[in-house]
Order: sequence, then C-alpha cells, then structure tokens
Amino acid sequence: MAQLIDDVFAAALGNPYLDQKNDQAVIDLPEALSQKKGRLILSTDSFVISPLFFPGGDIGSLAVHGTVNDLAMSGGTPLYLTAGFILEEGFPLADLQKIVHSMAQAAEEAGVQIVTGDTKVVEKGKGDGLFINTAGVGVVPQTLSLSGDKLQVGDAVLINGTIGDHGISILSQRDALGFETEIKSDSSALNGLIADMIESAPDIHCLRDPTRGGVAATLNEVAQQSGVGIVLQEKALPLKSAVIGACELLGIDPLHSANEGKVLAFCPAAQAEALLACMRQHPLGQEAALIGHVIDDPHHFVQMETSFGGRRIVDWLVGEQLPRIC
Amino acid sequence: MKYIDEFRDGDKAQNLARAIAHDAAPGRDYYLMEFCGGHTHAIARYGLEDLLPKSVRMIHGPGCPVCVLPIGRIDAAIDLAQRPGVILCSYGDMLRVPGSGQKSLLKAKAEGADIRVVYSTLDAIQLAAQTPDKEIIFFAIGFETTTPPTAMAMRLAAQKGLKNFSVFCNHVLTPAAVRGLLASSDARLRLDGIIGPSHVSAVIGLKPYAEFSEDHHLPVVISGFEPLDVLLSVLMLMRQVNEGRAEIENEYARAVSHRGNEKAQQLMAEMFVLRDSFEWRGLGVVPNSALAIAPAYQDFDAEQRFAVQTQTVADNPACDCAEIVRGIKQPKDCKLFGKVCTPENPMGSCMVSSEGACAAYWSYGRFRA
Repeated sequence: MAQLIDDVFAAALGNPYLDQKNDQAVIDLPEALSQKKGRLILSTDSFVISPLFFPGGDIGSLAVHGTVNDLAMSGGTPLYLTAGFILEEGFPLADLQKIVHSMAQAAEEAGVQIVTGDTKVVEKGKGDGLFINTAGVGVVPQTLSLSGDKLQVGDAVLINGTIGDHGISILSQRDALGFETEIKSDSSALNGLIADMIESAPDIHCLRDPTRGGVAATLNEVAQQSGVGIVLQEKALPLKSAVIGACELLGIDPLHSANEGKVLAFCPAAQAEALLACMRQHPLGQEAALIGHVIDDPHHFVQMETSFGGRRIVDWLVGEQLPRIC
Repeated sequence: MKYIDEFRDGDKAQNLARAIAHDAAPGRDYYLMEFCGGHTHAIARYGLEDLLPKSVRMIHGPGCPVCVLPIGRIDAAIDLAQRPGVILCSYGDMLRVPGSGQKSLLKAKAEGADIRVVYSTLDAIQLAAQTPDKEIIFFAIGFETTTPPTAMAMRLAAQKGLKNFSVFCNHVLTPAAVRGLLASSDARLRLDGIIGPSHVSAVIGLKPYAEFSEDHHLPVVISGFEPLDVLLSVLMLMRQVNEGRAEIENEYARAVSHRGNEKAQQLMAEMFVLRDSFEWRGLGVVPNSALAIAPAYQDFDAEQRFAVQTQTVADNPACDCAEIVRGIKQPKDCKLFGKVCTPENPMGSCMVSSEGACAAYWSYGRFRA
C-alpha cells in the first residue's frame, strides 16, 4: 500500500502538505479568516459513477470539479481538497494512474491543492471499480451570504451555458445504449467564473450547480426553500441540438439531465444584464442566457412557457430516468 | 431539430386554435377520445387544453400499455424475475409499476433479482448470446407498435439457435380495445370521435378501424404525436362531426399508409396467435384482444417454459384507474390523485408511466387544478 501511495498518488498530486506524509495536513489560517473578514466553507461529495471514463472527463476530474463547485456556489474561494479512494480488488493500475493524473490536472486548473487523502481496497464484487470521495475547504467573505432561501419575487434566473450535456454524454457511453454522439461532458471548475460574477453583481441572491436531477430538480429545490414560484421561457433555454436529438430519441427531458459545469444564478432583475454580460466574457459562460424569472406562487411550482404557446409544470425527476416504451 | 420543430410551431398552433374555435358549433360539446397515452402526454406537455375551446372535451383512452396491464401479469413478471438463473429484460417504464402489495420490478431488483432495462429487443438477444448459462426472459408488452420487434427477436433467436431466450408475451391489440370500450356500453362514456394512434397504424394501416366508422358511426382520425398533429386531428374530427360524416382519415400521412407495414403484419401473423380472451386493467376481460406466441415458436414462450400462472388481482378499491382508462373519469375525479397517489408513490398504473393520464396531468398540468 505504501508503494501504491508513493507510486501513484504522491507522484501525481505531490505538494508540500501531501509530501509531509502525515495523517493530516497542517495549514496556516488564511488571512481572511485570521482577521475575521471571512468565514470557512466546507463541503463533501462522493462519486460513484459508471462508466469511470466519459467524453470530456473521468471520475477523477469530476471528483475535483464537483467539490470545487459546491464550495464556489457560496460565492467564496475554494482552497484545499481531501481525497478518499475506495478501490475494488483487481482495479487496473493503469486506469488508476490515469484518473489520479486527471485529478491533479483538474486541481491545478482550479487553483486548489489536494492536501491529504486515504485509500482502501475492498474485495472483488464489493465495489464498482472505484469510488472517490472529496471534501474541500475554502473561504467566503463576511459580506456574502448566498443561499437557496433568498430568492425574491422578480429575480432573474441565469445559466452559464448549454443544459444537460453531462447526463447525455454519460448515457451515450452506457453499454446498453452506446449511441454515437459528439456530446462531451461539461465537467469543469466554476470558481473562476463565479469570482467574476460576484464582482459584477454583488447582490446575487443564490448560486446553485444543477447536477443530479438537472436544472428541474435545482429550480424546484430553491423554489421550495424560498417559498416562491419560477417561470422559465423554453425559447431562452440554451440547448445543443445533439442533446435535443438524444433526448427526443430516448424520451427524456434535458431539464432532468445532469450538468457538471453549470451554475444557475438568481439575482435582482436590475443586475441581470450586467451579470449576463460578465458571464459571456468568461470562457465557461459564452453561451450564458437569462432563462426565467421568480414569481409569487403559493404552490412553489416551477413552470415553463413552452415555445408552442402553452404552459406546463417542470417537475422533479422521480427516481431514475427511465426510458419510455414507445 | 428538423421534422420536429415544424410540428411544434407556436404561430401555426394559434392559427389552428382559431380554426377550431371558428368551427366549434355553438351549443354543442365535442367528446373526443385520444386512444393513445402518447397523445395524452403531448396534450399535457404542450398545454394543448389551453388552446382548445371549452366545448372540446378530451377523453383519455386506454392506449397506455403500462396502464392496462393487469396486476396479475405484473406479479407473474416479478415471479419470473425472482427465479434462480433468470435475467428479466424489460422496457424502462414497467419497472415502477406496482403489483400486489405495492411490489414492483424495481423493488424485486433491490431485493436481488436480476432485472435489466433494455431499449430494444435486440439488447435482450445480445445478452442471451453473451450469457449462455442464464435464462433471458424478455418482458414483452405494448400494442402493435412494439409487437414486430418482439417477433424479430424470436426469429433472430431461432436463427442463432439461442436456447436460453424466451418471451413473456403481453402484446395487446388496439382495435380490440376500442371494441371492448364501445361494447361496455357505459352510459357515462360519451364519444363523438377517436384520435387514433399513428405508430400503431404505421404497422396495421387504416383498415382495422373501418368497423368503428361503419358500425358505430364514429369518425376516426389517425394522428401523429407532435402537438400540431393533435390540434389538426381535433379540427378534422370536429369537421366530420359537424358534417355528419364518420370516416377514417389519416392526419399522419407522412408515415402512415392505408395498408400499413405488410411485412410486419406478415411477421406477426406467423409468430403470434390470437388469445381467446385477455384481462385488461380497466376494461376487464376482452375477447380476442391479445396475442400469444404461435405453437411453432413455443420454445420461446416463457409462459410455457416456466409454467406461468396468472391470478386475477383486484385493484385498490379507492383507485379510479379502471374508470380513467375507460374514459369515464378524469384524473382529478379520483380521490387519491395528488394526495396519496403521486409519481413518487403511485397507487395505480395511470400514475406510473409518463403516458398514463394521471402522471401526465400531475407532472405537467397540476397548476391548473
């Protein structure tokens, strides 16, 4: 095990904290914390995906992006991550090296360090190849308090780009489907984009990354938390035509499809234009769009004005996304 | 997307809505049944009811294959899946349907049964070839649309000499269901015309509907599944009603021909035989309404191979699914709707499949309630 750690993890992820080879990482308090100008942010997430490699990423990059993004949704700055690996006996070393390398690259690009970690091996048949948990810490300024319960009637709803790419990319790789597509996962670290957004629209009420359950699940969550309704404009939704096609074919809704590099922003209508312009300046926000508004609704429904001219509910996804018969 | 966007055009929808409003005769109602769950889904998803005058009453028919499969057949599928050495392959939306005691295939799977979601019968064939030490049973359900693929799978299995593949056949017939509905002569069912399922007619053509126009003087319009298709079909039916005509018209001419797909019909005739009767959820026992596997292919018949016994199981007495699939009640008439029965915790089959009337109303239209 010690050799595995040296060969694979330390070689790829090495940094002064990890290189101390202690059971913990000891880190000086960031200045903002010691001077009480900021607060600590903490988050953790586990990654149990299949397949482990997909167009646009793998479980390693996803494990970094996922936790970095969860931290960044506070409006703060992610700083350090931990990584826990649960390997199934017999997992190919070459795959592990590839995954760890991609974690290292993702961490470097996101400007965070993986400072401590853990590895366990379980018997064959007791795991699905590889599970990864990452936890992270960061700092958010005292002046910011973004939250899902802060939506106000009239707020604009924005997203930084096309919807549902990750979920469709993963589906396309599953054995049973295996359709050919050029759709790549959108997996990426959003902390850079979010730093710009906070600067341009300091009164953002909430940021959320619409991962599992898609945009529909996230909007329903925040509508309930804030006790408001949301109306989307179908015409305004940024969608890749290949994603629309795959969803038509499979009988699923892109609004239920997962994203791993998207952020939904809720801000006062007066700041929406400036925020949209700022998002579009960033490489991860070029296709940003204003997709809807927050309304007063005692039922807390998420609804959509369809391009067809009708109105419908945008509901939570129940259970797994199951394809329809005909 | 080409061939899709054209049929979801909002401006054209407004034009059709105006034409429908213009043609609606004052002082009368139009009771139009969309047979198929695909149409029910489209009506709810695109909010078509907002575009129709109040005098056009859409009645949701029994054409959701998930909704009409009786509990006894679901129990039989669960029983098959739980037998040692069996892998049961099923289309996705059968998995959540509750059988007896709220048990579903999904719950059986969680308890250890090997149940796989397939998109195509060919996936099941491939699985059978790859796992010769397991019995692969395909849980075949659906109307004439999904029947030819089942036939093709059996033919392929025969060609490949697969001994470990069989089909639990639950295929049912559209014209027989309409016949069963009309024969039930429930005075509460009012019907001025039928929107017929186009994918079924892509296989069977138009002719099997002749008895409804000739014997029952009911107009039928075979309709595509895009929202403009449905609106145009409503207009075509209204015009037939207004003019006293009862004809079989084809709105979905871009895919449906008068004679249908004769190759598929031949294949079905070769590999299936008509059952004397079959139990439908909602309609009860309907004569000549379902298919069994023909004796020449009985090696592929899971019912024979595994000696499947089906019991008749009564529905939850508070659930109105039976009356909803007969077009007598609307989802909101059911006491359970949206209270104890939701897509997360479905009491009846109409809440399970996204094509079921209750699920379509709940998921897309409950703000209207």
